Amino acid sequence: MDPQLRRRVWSVVLIVGFFVLWEALCVIFNVSEIVVPKPSQILVTLVQRAPALWPHTLQTLYTTLVGFAFGILIGIALGVLIGSSRLAYDVAYPLLVGFASIPKVAVVPVFVLWFGSGTVPAVLTAMIMCIFPIVVNVATGLATTEPELEDVMRALRASKLDILWNVGLPRTMPFFFASLKVSVTLAFVGTVISETVASNRGIGNVMMIASSNFDVPLVFAGLLILAFLGVALYAVFSFIESRITGWAHRKDEFAMG
Amino acid sequence: MSATAAATAERHPRSDSTFVELEKVTLTYGRGDRQIIALGQTDLRIDKGDFVALVGPSGCGKSTILKLVTGLITASNGVVYIAGREIGAETVRVGMAFQNPTMLPWLTVRDNVMMPLKIVPPFRQEYRTKHKTEFRDRADALLKEVGLAGFGDKHPWQLSGGMLQRASLCRALVHEPQLLMLDEPFGALDQFTREELWAIMQELWMKLSPTVLLVTHDLKEAAYLATRICVMTTRPGRIIDDAEVPFQRPRTIEMSYTPEFVAMTQRLRQLIVSARPTKETV
Repeated sequence: MDPQLRRRVWSVVLIVGFFVLWEALCVIFNVSEIVVPKPSQILVTLVQRAPALWPHTLQTLYTTLVGFAFGILIGIALGVLIGSSRLAYDVAYPLLVGFASIPKVAVVPVFVLWFGSGTVPAVLTAMIMCIFPIVVNVATGLATTEPELEDVMRALRASKLDILWNVGLPRTMPFFFASLKVSVTLAFVGTVISETVASNRGIGNVMMIASSNFDVPLVFAGLLILAFLGVALYAVFSFIESRITGWAHRKDEFAMG
Repeated sequence: MSATAAATAERHPRSDSTFVELEKVTLTYGRGDRQIIALGQTDLRIDKGDFVALVGPSGCGKSTILKLVTGLITASNGVVYIAGREIGAETVRVGMAFQNPTMLPWLTVRDNVMMPLKIVPPFRQEYRTKHKTEFRDRADALLKEVGLAGFGDKHPWQLSGGMLQRASLCRALVHEPQLLMLDEPFGALDQFTREELWAIMQELWMKLSPTVLLVTHDLKEAAYLATRICVMTTRPGRIIDDAEVPFQRPRTIEMSYTPEFVAMTQRLRQLIVSARPTKETV
């Protein structure tokens, strides 16, 4: 068996094993469903409530992706601005770190104050959660571009824009995609936080209502949906990353291909 | 800008053959007491189609002259003219090969070689339409000439250092530069690869006849390739000798063992050694 297949098989075994163990522990210790429901029960809830859960799932996914898209746009723009020169990088970095270390949960009430409850604050929270990793990575990627590579272009009388487009940005792609994988999961966190606090739609809201009704299996069903969405988007960006920045990883398969 | 360029051209009614000119150029780093003079006041003229080698110990400012002529750094004092115009205002195509191959790792070797065509006018306007036909063939032909036929689709990390240095030469030449800058491009190579690349370089120079400025500390390399050798010394960097190389072309490695050739490199060596500051003066 080749090593990659073996790794995949063991991953699946671990995941299945986790749920089997969970189920077994619930049965053995006779855990009440109010505390921790059995996985089988969660699955049944998931199937039974699917028609009701589906629009909320779409709402959460939609909010997250819109916030993420804005986050990417603004993140790249700010990252390019800050990474464009050593001076801008050194000057702007402390402020950036300051903003990045604010707990984003704390800004949800501010957004609600400005825009009311609903989709807008959720999109904004998702956006603000995912901006900082992107800005920091893009700026770092640009600022650490080897001067020798830029000299090649400068000797050709290339404009700043030419250098950015042909050297800076391609050089930054591995940093950028690494940040996207982190950001997309953070965007989900942002959406759900905002939906929990101030919305009447979305998985976060469903879980909020379910927990106040002690409908614990539904809460866990919501968690499962979020986990699944998060993994799916992570996988999508992982795949795009391996296509675009294979040069930076120099895997054997890529080198041969 | 064009007005000053025209005025500049008038102020310098040089012979038409002068292509590169350094006029009272100096370069200093730092300020006050800590000021370091990288290049003392230097005048240098290079004729069109000439192959000039700058030799000297490390730290003598030979790379500085190269960077000044390429426009990578700006002179503290004095002016650099290219084709009668102040540097920056000129429209001369420049090619440069560095000590390290500096290939962009995300591009194939062929795309790396084609990069100047993507940047430099008049090629850049046609890049979109020709990069899969004419330009591609041009890059492949050059790669073949330096012995890299069939390696165009590889990525840089799949090639050895010597192969990358060959590719780097192709990149310096692909846009048929009028001015070619070589910053010790053969320095990190083994003896045999180096000698092979000298022959290829000479062949390409005789065919395309660009004006070449070569920085090297290999005296044999300078005497083999150049039509003129400028010897530089350190503290402050300045040119202390400027001599024609009379040997016939095409030159061969065998010629480098003749008494005349050996005498030439011996003389250069003597100049550099005698100009070197002794320990007491440092």
